[in-house]
Amino acid sequence: MSVTYLEAIRLAQARVLAEDPRVFIYGQDVGAFGGAFKATKNLAEQFPGRVIDAPISEDAIVGAAIGAAIEGLRPIVEIQFADFSMPGFNQIVNQAATLYWRTGVPCPLVIRLPSGGTSGGGPFHSQCLEALYAHMPGLLVMAPGTVEDVYSMLIEAVALDDPVIFCEHKLLYYHLKADRLPEAALPAGKARIARPGRDMTLVTYSAMVHEALAAAEELAAEGYQIEVVDLRVLKPLDTDTVMASVARTGRLLAVGEAWPWGGVTAEIVARVAAEGLHLLDAPPQRINAKDTPIPYHPNLWAAHRPTARSIAAAARRALQT
Amino acid sequence: MDDPIQCSTESRPSGGGAPGPGQALSMEADRCRSAYRWMVLARVLDDKLASLYRGGKIHGGVFLSRGQEALSAAIGVALQRGDIFAPLIRDTAGRLAFGETVAEALRTCLGSPLGPMRARDGNVHRGRPRDGLLPMISHLGAMIAVVNGMLLARRLQGRPGSVGAACLGDGGTSTGSFHEGINQAAIERLPLVLVIADNQYAYSTPTCRQFACQSLVDRAVGYGVQGHLADGTDLLECMRVLADAVGRARSGQGPQMVVARLLRLCGHGEHDDASYVDPALKESELGRDCLQVAEEILIGRGWATTADLAGWRHDAQAQIEAALAEVQRDPQPDPYQETWTAIASEGLRDGYPAPPA
Ligand SMILES: Cc1ncc(C[n+]2csc(CCOP(=O)(O)OP(=O)(O)O)c2C)c(N)n1
Ligand SMILES: [Mg+2]
Repeated sequence: MSVTYLEAIRLAQARVLAEDPRVFIYGQDVGAFGGAFKATKNLAEQFPGRVIDAPISEDAIVGAAIGAAIEGLRPIVEIQFADFSMPGFNQIVNQAATLYWRTGVPCPLVIRLPSGGTSGGGPFHSQCLEALYAHMPGLLVMAPGTVEDVYSMLIEAVALDDPVIFCEHKLLYYHLKADRLPEAALPAGKARIARPGRDMTLVTYSAMVHEALAAAEELAAEGYQIEVVDLRVLKPLDTDTVMASVARTGRLLAVGEAWPWGGVTAEIVARVAAEGLHLLDAPPQRINAKDTPIPYHPNLWAAHRPTARSIAAAARRALQT
Repeated sequence: MDDPIQCSTESRPSGGGAPGPGQALSMEADRCRSAYRWMVLARVLDDKLASLYRGGKIHGGVFLSRGQEALSAAIGVALQRGDIFAPLIRDTAGRLAFGETVAEALRTCLGSPLGPMRARDGNVHRGRPRDGLLPMISHLGAMIAVVNGMLLARRLQGRPGSVGAACLGDGGTSTGSFHEGINQAAIERLPLVLVIADNQYAYSTPTCRQFACQSLVDRAVGYGVQGHLADGTDLLECMRVLADAVGRARSGQGPQMVVARLLRLCGHGEHDDASYVDPALKESELGRDCLQVAEEILIGRGWATTADLAGWRHDAQAQIEAALAEVQRDPQPDPYQETWTAIASEGLRDGYPAPPA
């Protein structure tokens, strides 16, 4: 049997619905239709009354999920595309993220964000917004890059008492496959060494894990051993794993599909520079998407975001300094 | 909900013209007296907060409910224990009637770590979500959907029967959150009572710069909800309309929108002299002080004497002074005792930067 990344999301939701009566799903077209990407296919049938179609009202969708969380439920919100979380931003960052700190009442809810570019998506169906959410106190941010992780981390996210921004990558939905679902999960909040190496550390997450792995493969042919760290969780950041890797390799390239100003790669570079400058043999580097909206045409889109080739080129430059 | 805490009958001055033995007050009279006492408690508390503000004892802003006590108290007394209430800035009376104590209001305004918000949030941003009393966030309109979600959850959990009331001002109705919230409630046919205090201004902005419809209640039909108008200066009318709306919501008739017209009888906050308020409005029926109107009703109908009124005000003052004396002995918040974490999950707190050794 083989399972896709998308199928793993659906199965994880089916499992939490079956195991935890507090769970329900709320989002646009998630009911009988099964969701824009079919991540909730058949779930409304299997779990009557617990997979609820919402109006196109992201503010009210998140607001209602917060209310339900206060009442002891565990809502999973499907935002149709990560881009459309922006109209719900206020409820996410000002209501969900502040509730526990202000009142001591936790706000357990999961907001699924189908993120990232697919060719043809264009400026408003391709965004990676993890940095915005990671910036705001009170949220956990996850960005699984493998089938195993998307399954186990979604289950874990539902069990947590905090609001979790769950960044799924649309490019991985159909193409990324695993032989089976994982039985055990990595410890919560821990990064993973996706490929060991000793010449340089690539720190990345989500779909970029696969671009980074391909870049490492390309560089292996040139005799470089590249270590790839898959962050998995962006907030909290597993700085220890990153620092230990940099201590082994002496070189850092942080890779992100999101925009360059601020953000996850900047945070990685800042932390390594502040705490591990002595570990570095060369200035820490990062590579991101270009600082424009995300273009529509495949030719432009492919050049907008980092690819195995552009990552390998950036790594080569850093390896030669 | 209940009788005003600590407003005991024993402390009521005797000898007035209140009904003697055998002249049992009607239920309406009883409810009106009770609501009025919440109004007085709120007004006296507001006056105290204003004087604390002027004395430099309060950090940040102070926002008063003056002129809106009748409407707000009417909401509080129409709700039952176990219901949900999302008050806004001018709902001191409703909060008290719903079960907030004077001490917790004062603790929040004075930034006491012993208050429900533990000095992390202040003034009107206070509540106890687990008790159905929601602590508003500042963003107007944002609480409506939260109430919806609580009502939805109770339905999913098989615990129907409660009503959720959310308050908003005329200005708040211009937000997207208002539209999304009321529409969501309508789709789900939730027992939501949305109370709009149309007090003629949003800060300095008059309603003509806020909406172009004749009356905000006209919007109800567009959302597929029942709409009700009330004279917000008239306690009896507010109580009648709110009791009706809450009853309809509870009996499964779906969301109810109540629009009450009145005038804000204070600045937006205590920093604001409200010099922009049209003098003609102050002179109009809308400018009546609901507290005085309520007193005229009580006296006029023989439901209370002037001595009763004086006694109740005295009780309210005594209750607030006692609470203030207690709260003023509270410790100050200590930054070294603060956890400085917004995350509930232990082990998932971003530990950067590490605290100084
Ligand atoms: C979304 C949002 N924008 C702006 C503000 C700043 N603000 C606070 S109260 C207020 C006026 C509110 O007017 P209204 O809704 O009529 O309520 P009132 O003060 O009259 O009771 C404004 C603009 C806010 N709290 N929320
Ligand atoms: Mg107003």
